[in-house]
Amino acid sequence: MNNVWLIARRELGAYLRNLSGYVIIAVLLFLDGLAFNAFAVQGAAKKSSEVLADFFFFTSGIGMAGAIFLSMRLIAEERQTGTVQLLYSSPIHDREIVAGKFLAALAFLCLFFLGTGYMPALVAVYGKVSLGHVLSGYLGLVLVGASSLAIGLFGSSLTKSQVVAAVGSAVMCIGLTMCWLVAKVVDRPFTDVITGLAWYGHFDPFKNGIVHLKHVVYFALVTLFALFAATRVLEARRWR
Amino acid sequence: MIQVDGLSKFYGEHAAIRGLSFNIQSGEVVGFLGLNGAGKSTTLKVLGCVLLPTSGRVIVDGFDVTREPHEIRKRIGYLPDTPPIYDEMSVGEYLTFVARLRGVPQANVAGAVAEAERKTAISEKHEDVIGTLSHGYRQRVGLAQALVHKPKLLILDEPTGGLDPVQIVEMREVIKGLKGEHTVLVSSHILGEISQVCDRYLVIQGGELIAQGTEAELSDKLGSGGPIEIDCIGAAGPTIELLKKVDGVSDITLVKLDGQNLSLRVDAKTELRPALVKALVQANVAVVRVDRAAHRLENIFLKLTHGKDA
Repeated sequence: MNNVWLIARRELGAYLRNLSGYVIIAVLLFLDGLAFNAFAVQGAAKKSSEVLADFFFFTSGIGMAGAIFLSMRLIAEERQTGTVQLLYSSPIHDREIVAGKFLAALAFLCLFFLGTGYMPALVAVYGKVSLGHVLSGYLGLVLVGASSLAIGLFGSSLTKSQVVAAVGSAVMCIGLTMCWLVAKVVDRPFTDVITGLAWYGHFDPFKNGIVHLKHVVYFALVTLFALFAATRVLEARRWR
Repeated sequence: MIQVDGLSKFYGEHAAIRGLSFNIQSGEVVGFLGLNGAGKSTTLKVLGCVLLPTSGRVIVDGFDVTREPHEIRKRIGYLPDTPPIYDEMSVGEYLTFVARLRGVPQANVAGAVAEAERKTAISEKHEDVIGTLSHGYRQRVGLAQALVHKPKLLILDEPTGGLDPVQIVEMREVIKGLKGEHTVLVSSHILGEISQVCDRYLVIQGGELIAQGTEAELSDKLGSGGPIEIDCIGAAGPTIELLKKVDGVSDITLVKLDGQNLSLRVDAKTELRPALVKALVQANVAVVRVDRAAHRLENIFLKLTHGKDA
């Protein structure tokens, strides 16, 4: 655990000292603010809970994109600059490297989610918002962010190029998003299985203020599976 | 300290090293020589537990690299050919991070960092951000990270790579200072850079060990210590005839003639400098300089790897 903390602290330090992390968060906040203004609060009169649900909907997609950009450098950059050899030759396990990097990226992504807090606050000022709804929505955002970061980390472990890592991770995330299209053209029981793989169906209850354990388990499983895959890739590289 | 037996490493179908066997005793400073692509870095990566071998047995300080890599990692310091440094960190922060990563107890970290900085002469750069340092200092920070946890074995992959002549001399002094405290395995393809540092050499080519021993042993094995250069003042013809009569001289070349100032190259398979000087002095020829050809080890290396007489 000590090693996980060490890696996480260094990685978070790298995010905080590099301009790119701030730029990514600033762009995400800008896009999220635009989406909130253009789609969530405009149009016909809505209930506060509907505005809030729309806000979480946009923020989940923008957060997912942000997670891909934040995670693309995690392993790819270490391989590109050769610093991965420091980690490989130190008495730490590959799973500790992966866990440390994942936690640092998640902490940094949470800064973005914190930055979006003014939007629910605005809704609360002009309407009526339940704290449970806000917390449920943010829990959903953190879970979507965590699973996207884990997929991004896996993508980053596959290549030295950050661009290729980002594209690969985006394809995987889009794949998880578009499962329902595949579900439409297959027969039961595959329809249910493939529909169940799509992340959005699991996020929907969170944005409406409902927390259900099975949806939490879904995101936890996607996250753990992707982190496990990234660990295996790191281990396999030693044999190459 | 290191026992390597039949080590092979394949990248796909390509064999980077094959059937490599050698031993290194505790406290030795061993030079690992080979041209680019000879398999030096791959061997060092296996010893540094960065890569796993395809076949063969590698024991470091009693532990097997395949079965107990963690135990080995605690006992080694590894400097890859590109120093593994994070540009955004300061030297002190980076070395503190590495010390903790390598298991130095929290209470001893500050002392260990200060000692590593002192040994590599970077104490005054403690607060500097690594990204702002010159190549020479970055290389020293890389060396400091390898020894911050006082490992028994130091594996240095081309530590003088890309350094200017002054920095090479400084780095050599730093490595010399590590003698006695650590077993050191240092690789290079430029032999002059490590020839004054090592007790013994391993020469690798095409992934195979082609020779090993001290500089003298390698030289004897090839039966030549390199040509002898003589600068003297006298008549060219008689002087050359005189030297040809010395037992053991196989050939003499007149390299430069400037009036009575001669520069000669004498090829001999044994040490003939005393006999040559004696013959010249007895014939009243003024001797200005007598020396073995420069880069002696370089010649040996070229002969071993290419069969060339450099």
